[in-house]
This record gives sequence, C-alpha cells and structure tokens, in this order.
Amino acid sequence: MDEKVKTAPAKAGPLMLSVASSPHATSPVGTAKLMRDVLIALLPALLVAAYFFGPRAVALTALSAAGCMCFEWGYRKLMKQSNTLGDLSAIVTGVLIAFVCPVTLPYWIILIGDFFAIVVVKQLFGGLGKNFLNPALAGRAFMMLCYPVPMTTWAVPGPAGWAGVLSAVDASTGATPLSADFMHNGLLPAASLQDMFVGNIGGCIGEISALALIAGGIYLIWRGVIRARVPAAYLATVAALAFLFPLGGNDRLAWMLYQLLGGGLMLGAFFMATDYVTSPCTRNGELLYGIGCGLLTVFIRYFGGYPEGVSYAILLMNLCAWLFDKVGMPARFGVTKEMKQAERAKAREAAVGKGGK
Amino acid sequence: MLHKFYGGVHPDDHKGASNGRPITPIKPPAQVVIPMAMHVGAPCKPVVAKGDAVKVGQLIGETTGLGAPIHASVSGTVAAVEPRPNNSGRPTMSVVIDNDFQDTPAPPMARPNPPDKLTPQQVVDIVRDAGITGMGGASFPAHVKLSGAIGKADTCIINGAECEPWITADHRLMLEQGPRIVGGARVLMRAMGLKQVVIGVEENKPDAIARLKEAAGPKGDVVVEPLRTRYPQGAEKQLIQRITGREVPPGKLPADVKCLVFNVGTAAAVYDAVYEGRPVTHRVVTVTGSAVKRPSNFLAPVGTLFDYLIEQAGGFAEPPVRVISGGPMMGVAQAQLDVPAVKATNCVLCFSKADMPAVDPEQTCIRCARCVNVCPMHLTPLYLNMYTNKEDWAQCEKLRLLDCMECGSCNYICPARIPLVQNFRRAKGALRAQMAAAKK
Repeated sequence: MDEKVKTAPAKAGPLMLSVASSPHATSPVGTAKLMRDVLIALLPALLVAAYFFGPRAVALTALSAAGCMCFEWGYRKLMKQSNTLGDLSAIVTGVLIAFVCPVTLPYWIILIGDFFAIVVVKQLFGGLGKNFLNPALAGRAFMMLCYPVPMTTWAVPGPAGWAGVLSAVDASTGATPLSADFMHNGLLPAASLQDMFVGNIGGCIGEISALALIAGGIYLIWRGVIRARVPAAYLATVAALAFLFPLGGNDRLAWMLYQLLGGGLMLGAFFMATDYVTSPCTRNGELLYGIGCGLLTVFIRYFGGYPEGVSYAILLMNLCAWLFDKVGMPARFGVTKEMKQAERAKAREAAVGKGGK
Repeated sequence: MLHKFYGGVHPDDHKGASNGRPITPIKPPAQVVIPMAMHVGAPCKPVVAKGDAVKVGQLIGETTGLGAPIHASVSGTVAAVEPRPNNSGRPTMSVVIDNDFQDTPAPPMARPNPPDKLTPQQVVDIVRDAGITGMGGASFPAHVKLSGAIGKADTCIINGAECEPWITADHRLMLEQGPRIVGGARVLMRAMGLKQVVIGVEENKPDAIARLKEAAGPKGDVVVEPLRTRYPQGAEKQLIQRITGREVPPGKLPADVKCLVFNVGTAAAVYDAVYEGRPVTHRVVTVTGSAVKRPSNFLAPVGTLFDYLIEQAGGFAEPPVRVISGGPMMGVAQAQLDVPAVKATNCVLCFSKADMPAVDPEQTCIRCARCVNVCPMHLTPLYLNMYTNKEDWAQCEKLRLLDCMECGSCNYICPARIPLVQNFRRAKGALRAQMAAAKK
C-alpha cells in the first residue's frame, strides 16, 4: 500500500455510536405502505362504481372514509391514546364499508355503520390488530340488522339510473342478480355473464365488477401485500361446489360462473377474507380458512333464508381464525413424519405400560 | 438437484460498495490485541508472558477443553497479557503484541505425510494445531466438527453463500483464491472419505461461481452449485436443506443428517495449514458502510483493532452512527472501536445516518403474517412475541422459541417495526433460566 496516502484519523472527536440489537436493517414496507397498496387496489372498483352508479358512489365512499377517520381520531383522543390515523387502516375500513352498501343508502346510515365498525368492533377491543371481526363486514351486518330495507334497495346500473348526489329517492330501483329465485330455485339471472364480469349489474357499490376486483387482487398479490392462498382456496371451493351441485338443472359451467361473479364473492375473497387482523397467519390455517369461507358461502346461498352469504361466511370464519392457526401450525423444522410417528408410538407404548402396571 | 428452503428475505445487498475492491494486505499495525476467547468453547490459556519475543504463527494460547489454539499474528514482543475490550461486549483475556514489523515466521507446522497422503486423523490433527475455527462467523472449532463427522457424513458442503448484505470478504476470496478454496475442500473431502464436495454460492456472485468452476477443473469431484439469492441462504441448516433436502432435527448437528458444512474461508485456511504448514494468523475483513471513505477488503492480522482498520480504509467520510462487527442482519453493534478483529470477524460495517434502519416507532402487530412466511425455521414469530409480552415462557417453549436462530428475517420484514429478535433474546434467557431451575 502507498504509505503516503493521507488517512483521516478514525477518531476525530468523541464518537457517538448507537448500539442496538440486530438486525440493523428493516424492510422499507411499513403498515401505512401496506394499507396504501390496499387503497390503490380498491381504486378500479371505485371507478367502475362511479361509472355505473354515478357520483353518489364516490360521495358515499368519501364520506364513509372521512367518518371512519373521525371516529377513530375522536375515540382515541377521548381515551388519551396515540393518534393512529397515519396507519391508514381507518380509511381502508371506511372505503370497504361503503363498498358493501347500496349506492342509495342514506348518508346518515353509513355513518352509523362507520361508528359501529370503528368504535365498537375495532377500538373497544384495543384498536388495529386486536379486533376479532372484520370491521367493515361487522359494520355491514349491523346496518343490515337495523336498516334492512335501505340496505337492500338497489339502483339500476348505468347513467339512467344514477342517484342524485344529495337525495337518493329519485334513483330507479332494480334488483341484484343474486335474487332468492336464482339461489334457491335455480333460475339464472337476466344479466349476461359479460355484464356480470364487467359490473353492469345491480348490487353494492364495490362488489359489482369482478374484473376490477380481480385486477385489484392481482395487484395486491403481485406487491406481496396479500398471499394468494386465501382467495384461491375460497374461490376454488365455491367454484367446485357450484360445479358439482348446480341447482335447477342448469348447465354446470354457466351456474358456476354466475355463482363466482355474483354478489360480494370477489370483493370478499380478495379484500375481506384477506384482512390481516381477522384471518389466520399460518399457511395451512389460511388454506383451511379459505375453504371454510367457501363452504359457508355456498351453504348460506343454497340453504339460507338470505340469498347472499359472503359477509356472514367471512364473519363466522373470522371467529375461527385462532383455531385454524392452532391446527395449521407449520411442521417443526427438522422433524420428519417418521420421527413424529416414532414419537407417537413411543408415547402410546408408555401409556400402555403404565396401564399394565 | 436443488431443494427449496422455506422463507427468507431479500434485503438490499449493498455489496457493490466493496465487491470490486481486491483483497489488500493491510499496512501492518503497530500493535495487535489477540483475545484468548474467539471460538465456541472454553477460552485458551495464554502460554506467553509480558516481554516474551514471538514470531508469526507461534503458539500463544493453548486449548483448555473444547476450543482451538491461538497463534501470534505478527512478530514482536508481548506487551501485555490482560483483559481487553472485545467485540462481543465483554473484556476478554488477551495477548497484546507490539509489532517489530519484521514478520519473522515461526517454523512451519510439522507435516507427517504429503498433503494427498494424509490419513483422516492426521488431517484432524493439522486442522486442530492450526487453530482453524469456522471463518463464516460461527467460530466453531473445525477439527471437532470434522472428527465428529468422519465415517458418518456422506455430504461435504463448502459455504460460499455469503448472504448477509454488505459483506464481500468471502466473495473476494472466491474470486482471487479459488484454487486455495478448492484445494482445502479436496483435503476435507478426502479426510471424510467422500468422492465429492459441493461448494454453494449465491447467484448474485456469478463471477465467483465461474472462477470456482475454473479452479475445480473437469474432474467432477468439486461441484459448484449456484444458489437462489435469499437471506439466510448461508445459514448452515438452510444450506443443507437447499443442497440435500435434509432438515437438521432440533437440537442436533449437521452430522446427524450426514452433512458437514465449512465456510470458504475455513477451506482456504485448511489449505494453508496442510500445504504450507501455516496456522490461522490472518483473515479477510471487509470494511464498508457509507460512513467509510474507501470501502475495502483487507487481509489483516488477527487482533487488528477496528479503529485501525477503519483508518486504513480512509477513515470516516461522515460521522458514523453505528459500527457493526459482522453484517447488518446478525452483526453486533459496537460501543467502542478499540476492539480487535478476531478469526471470525468478516466485516466491520460503519453505518452513516442514511444506512440506519427505519426509526418509525413500534406499532401494534396487525397479524400480517409476513414474519410467519419468512421464518426459515418454521416458527410463528407473531405468536412467540405475543407470549413473550405476556411472559408466558411455557407457551414460548411449546411454540419452539429455542429453535429460533436469530437470523432477523422476521424483524426485518415486520411492518409494525416490532423488535422481534430483541424480544426473543430476552424470552430465551428467561426460558432457559426457568428450565434450569426446573431441573434442579
């Protein structure tokens, strides 16, 4: 080495070194970034809703998001807790609540749903990460219970049916493809499969366009925000059951596609069932949970008194998330099936030995 | 055929900072501080006293149980035998040598047979006498590993994964000294009675892979296996899983699944010992990080102090905020810089403010399960953390807390910035204490 190279002294002054436990690196992705990606993924569905249902869809969604933020901020302020608006989870909940409501819903009702979701379901249990039910779906269930008629008054899609921004009474009302006739009597809806796919159908604000929701879901999977296991298991289960057991002597394939594209299934599979807080964390748990959601959805649709089953199916499965995690614990590293069997045989032998004495 | 390992993360590797810098013998330091405990096992007993003259390669520390002997890394006079600060945080009994800059070598180690005629036991003896320990960071005495596996293992793996970000010491070694690595690998292979040895290298080092293949030649006994770039690919258990598909059972050693893993640096050290009769006195250390003026790869005598290494790398370009011994994922942050580089020190990493990890405040767990998906040991960090917070050590044990190797993948990926590894270290301490109390 060239000795003439001037070297700066390592210790110029007193060094202030920070000491911490390893690792000394963190991924650039934080909670707020994950939530932001979810919002981005919901955007296509909102655009489709704006096209088919008019500006009121956007207004209702914005109000719901604002309402959730207000309730979250207000509750935590009142309880002298930290401000958590920055994690964006309240906005996600607000948007999702609007997405599972009809566009004609009075503004004040959605605020009640927001309040229930944020304060009762989320904050009373300790805030983000502690709630055991999906806040948006629990909010919807609450509104369905209290205001069943406004929650099932559907607007006809397309500019002709656009509801006024302020009052919704002038909207022409129609039906959703998921009528009791379709579900229980096997009569296929009037809407073509193409309309069902694009979203030219009646229904809740965010659920109509399978195309937009699948695009959003793929975005989330590509970004690594959600894993494909839950939606894949969920959709595959519904598809398999519908294909195997078509009602009313319908063509299996057509029946299956109507089942997949109708109602809140796509929204539920990609955005509700994948909610971090209320879904299992283990790989096998996720699969079981997805299958459970699919089974319940089809059961409720086929045999329930109510033509749509997605939200209740997911809420019920939310309650079982811990169970799925318990069952789905990953195999211990280094423990093979043979080792497990040998251990069990040993335990059995020991038990028999004890019994003999 | 390559197998998958489960989990892992892909942090920004920052290797470009130093991977183009050839290994440079460092300008000899005026003094070296050689700790008597730099391996897994019992500390060595110093066999020199203040005032003694020593030569390069002369024995200065004898084993007192599990361990590896320690040799002088420079020639000169012993200035002190006393506890000195160490990069593990605690003062350690050390031999301090004033360099006479003569590099007078001690006589080479005795060699009973030509290198390719050595019996397995002779190889073990040479490896032991040369003081070779795991050069990848684990610092386990290599002769113990080797003698425990002779006749038992059917696979010998040389670890050139170097999956920690920033570090390039092994990368440069593979580029510049492929024949030494391959030579050492063949010695180990023959000692184990095997016909083949596999060198695993992450795909982000294609030049190293090419150079090693060239060094291995057409004989087919040394196979170079490119590995998917994914931290912690270089962790022993994950490397074995990747190359053989075997999983090392909990609490067991690689030899229990008939595998043996040595770092490329260890293989090179074996070559030096067997072919040239030289014990471990020097090692390649990467000095890097944005706070350092000239990121470098040095060949430095064992016992060179961190501040001297940094000075030789041009000193600090900007104020260092954190200095780490090792890589960013598993390295140890240093409180002071007058600590020596030991046999296992592969990197001195100097973080400027820009390199520091995110300082967002810790938030609540949102159960996103990213930690579960990255854990290479199949654990559920979020549940472990939950029980750690509740101080429920029995549940922690049930969820296999002690399988955790503290690779930091969960901590790295956590979007809520929960210091998982730190929490688990605390939990392990408490759990071990509880288990020890229960045994009494």
